[in-house]
Amino acid sequence: MKTFQGRVIAGGNWEGEAVVSRAGVNTLATFQKSAMANKKEVTVSDQNNPDIYGLNITGKALCLPITIGSTTGGLVIQTVCSMKINPACFLFSEHIDSLAASGIVLARIWENSDVIAVDKLGKEFLETVSTGDRLRVSEDGTVTILG
Amino acid sequence: MKLTEGQKAILDGAQGEVKAKVMKTLVMFGEIFGAEKMVPVTHAQGHLVTSFGIGLLKPLFRIMDELVRAGLKAEGGFTVDPRPLDYGNVKCNPLLKLVFDKFMYSEQASYEEQLARVGLRDKDAFTCTCYLPEVGNIPQKGDVLSWAESSAVVYANSVLGARCNRNSGMLDLFGSIVGYVPYFGLLTEDGRKASWKVYVETSVKPEAQILGSAVGMKVMEDVPYVYGLDKWIGTDLNEEAAAYLKDFGAATASNGAVGLYHIDKLTPEAKESGEKLIKDDAKTYVIDDVELERIYASYPVMWKEGGKAKLVFIGCPHLTYTQLVRWAAEIIGVVRSAGRKKTAVRTVLCASPYVVKKFVGENATLYEDLMLTGTKITSICPLMYTNNPLTKATAIATNSNKLRTYSLSRYYKDKDILKIISGEVSR
Repeated sequence: MKTFQGRVIAGGNWEGEAVVSRAGVNTLATFQKSAMANKKEVTVSDQNNPDIYGLNITGKALCLPITIGSTTGGLVIQTVCSMKINPACFLFSEHIDSLAASGIVLARIWENSDVIAVDKLGKEFLETVSTGDRLRVSEDGTVTILG
Repeated sequence: MKLTEGQKAILDGAQGEVKAKVMKTLVMFGEIFGAEKMVPVTHAQGHLVTSFGIGLLKPLFRIMDELVRAGLKAEGGFTVDPRPLDYGNVKCNPLLKLVFDKFMYSEQASYEEQLARVGLRDKDAFTCTCYLPEVGNIPQKGDVLSWAESSAVVYANSVLGARCNRNSGMLDLFGSIVGYVPYFGLLTEDGRKASWKVYVETSVKPEAQILGSAVGMKVMEDVPYVYGLDKWIGTDLNEEAAAYLKDFGAATASNGAVGLYHIDKLTPEAKESGEKLIKDDAKTYVIDDVELERIYASYPVMWKEGGKAKLVFIGCPHLTYTQLVRWAAEIIGVVRSAGRKKTAVRTVLCASPYVVKKFVGENATLYEDLMLTGTKITSICPLMYTNNPLTKATAIATNSNKLRTYSLSRYYKDKDILKIISGEVSR
């Protein structure tokens, strides 16, 4: 069991499964196919990201350095939150990027979403956590890898 | 964040509940980045990334309705990314047309009405290259913008020396409505300093979109200072160099998250301040022939095994006028050299409505000859066209690294695209 302290962007308590991308997550490429097809769950469609390609990330903790790619990114996050097919948590090892931050703020203010976002968890967090790990996220920004 | 009395009044609802919510969104967004103030948008004309009426974007349409009902609009007007469809020039089979009209872009017409009500400049203002002279949404050096569209933002910051963060869709419009954006990141002097030194050491002029892809994948959202490109594109920021940087930048932004780059001896801030723009602890990345080939070889091929190109898209981001003229001449040339009348593969060139008008108006013979090859010119966003569940059925070839990233299209170098168009190769 290992605990990491991050900064709360959008707080909450949660426990569940991790999905880990060591590379930046391209938001549009990741969510577009499932969102376009109006699916009940998001299966990652970014063929350029072998860490998470083809994985289901709905209701899970997406662990990532930052998001990258198109500036539709924030709107995409807002949309998947409004469709309630979003990852339950976005756990960033680095400082959250402007597109992901926009998405979280839009989702919270305009969709009353309970999506959780914590950033600055550190490089070690992303090196330690693995897809399938069980995580506990607390509203003060601590993230515990339960194993 | 410390707000002025006027900004605080907006936040407190003095100009209505919806505008207060718009301001609250911008303030919360800025506070995440430690912004201590909001600054005026000095280039009033905005640019929006969301041009498509995809039915699933219900939050977008709902917010637009709220803005319209509240009488809010971007007073400086705005341009917006390209439309998704153009059946006249990019034909679709009945099934695809059904998918587009009834499912994917079912809200296009009503969304365009919403855009018009909140400040769309005119009916032709649909392009990702709003900064081109023919389109005329051109900020000055030092201007503060409220734009989105990753390729336009990185161009405005890097080539024009304007100041804009990588805003998301929706926040682009919000900043244009209130006339302020939070002051952080690429708006600040420190945020514009480079934390990477990139050395281009290739033996030939690198393909702009592969070079940009390599840089984007390496530096992610950091600012790179690039040495060695002057050898290939010169030290004069002329139309050709700017077009190269347009394509380079689009790849840095889509394959990574670059919002600003400096090109040694070429881009305005690099010319002005040179190596003073580089942070002391900047990391180094050397790009030689081997590295470029490694990047090129790493692109996954998503076509069915043995698939042959069925459609070619050129112009993502939209072509400049000079690029359109050059591609037209080259396509006509390779088709004739191959002894053909028509291109071997359906070929579509993409450029803004203004650039297309100029091309058609000033190049009657070239345009006529191009049309005889069967090539089409459109102003759509090829990504919006390829972004559908039936795409897998069509093997699409492109010279756009951005389009490759967001679709199942396969990336080819310019010379190889011409070989596909002429029928010399099929994959």
